[in-house]
Amino acid sequence: MIEGVSLFEIMSLTTILFFIGIYGFLTRTNLIAMLMSLELMVNAEAINFVAINKYLSPHVLQGQVFSLFIIALAAAETALALAIILHLYRLTETIDVKEVEELKY
Amino acid sequence: MEKIMFYILSAVIVVFAALSVTSRKLYRATMYLLYVLIAVSGLYFMMEYDFMGAVQLSVYAGGIMVLFIYAVMMTDKIGQPMRSISAKRKILPFIVTMGTAALAIYAIYSYQGISKVNEATVTKVSQIGEKLLTYEAGGYVLPFEVISILLLAVMIAAIVIAKAKKLVNQEKN
Repeated sequence: MIEGVSLFEIMSLTTILFFIGIYGFLTRTNLIAMLMSLELMVNAEAINFVAINKYLSPHVLQGQVFSLFIIALAAAETALALAIILHLYRLTETIDVKEVEELKY
Repeated sequence: MEKIMFYILSAVIVVFAALSVTSRKLYRATMYLLYVLIAVSGLYFMMEYDFMGAVQLSVYAGGIMVLFIYAVMMTDKIGQPMRSISAKRKILPFIVTMGTAALAIYAIYSYQGISKVNEATVTKVSQIGEKLLTYEAGGYVLPFEVISILLLAVMIAAIVIAKAKKLVNQEKN
């Protein structure tokens, strides 16, 4: 835990970070920018896991181990998504979601 | 002192996250995301979880950001602002997300059931290592192995997908 900072403040911070990510996901049309908003959301969740573990039950490590798995999964997801985006760019020469219509109809 | 540091880190996280989702230039948005990730690792260091802070710095700020920068350089015309939806169509998402965030924060602050434990604990790397590799109850050896297989599968899949041939040219031929 952080001296003098309550769990509520950390959770408010992660909530704001999470919803900034959702706002970016809704308003961006570039696929890479959407993926970046997703990273913001994943980060907020990882902070939440560690903070709640540290504040409420400091002697079990469940949340802290889970945050490591979250980072590993986020790395895997990003690598795969960027490979798909690169391939899509070579197919269609754009990564704008409004112009990618390969699977439409 | 810690309180001031926490508020500085929070301000950095929120400001650069907001810049990262609103900047019109993709490369700059990537750089703002890098600042957010570094500030988040600072939060982990402040919570005395050094290993997670190091992992955040090396995997996120070091690895994933390099992937992002390469992808931006290969797909984007750097310096040109990317296409953006009109300001009028951004109002509704803004209202909805900020309203939901306010609701969530209100719900967090009105919850009374949290039992306070005022105890600062330092998480050692050895504790995490034992937790990850123990077979006893509460051990995480199975997810650990599954993650390693998942990373191998993702590595192969990323190579296969990124090296696939152009479909457009095949259709033309």
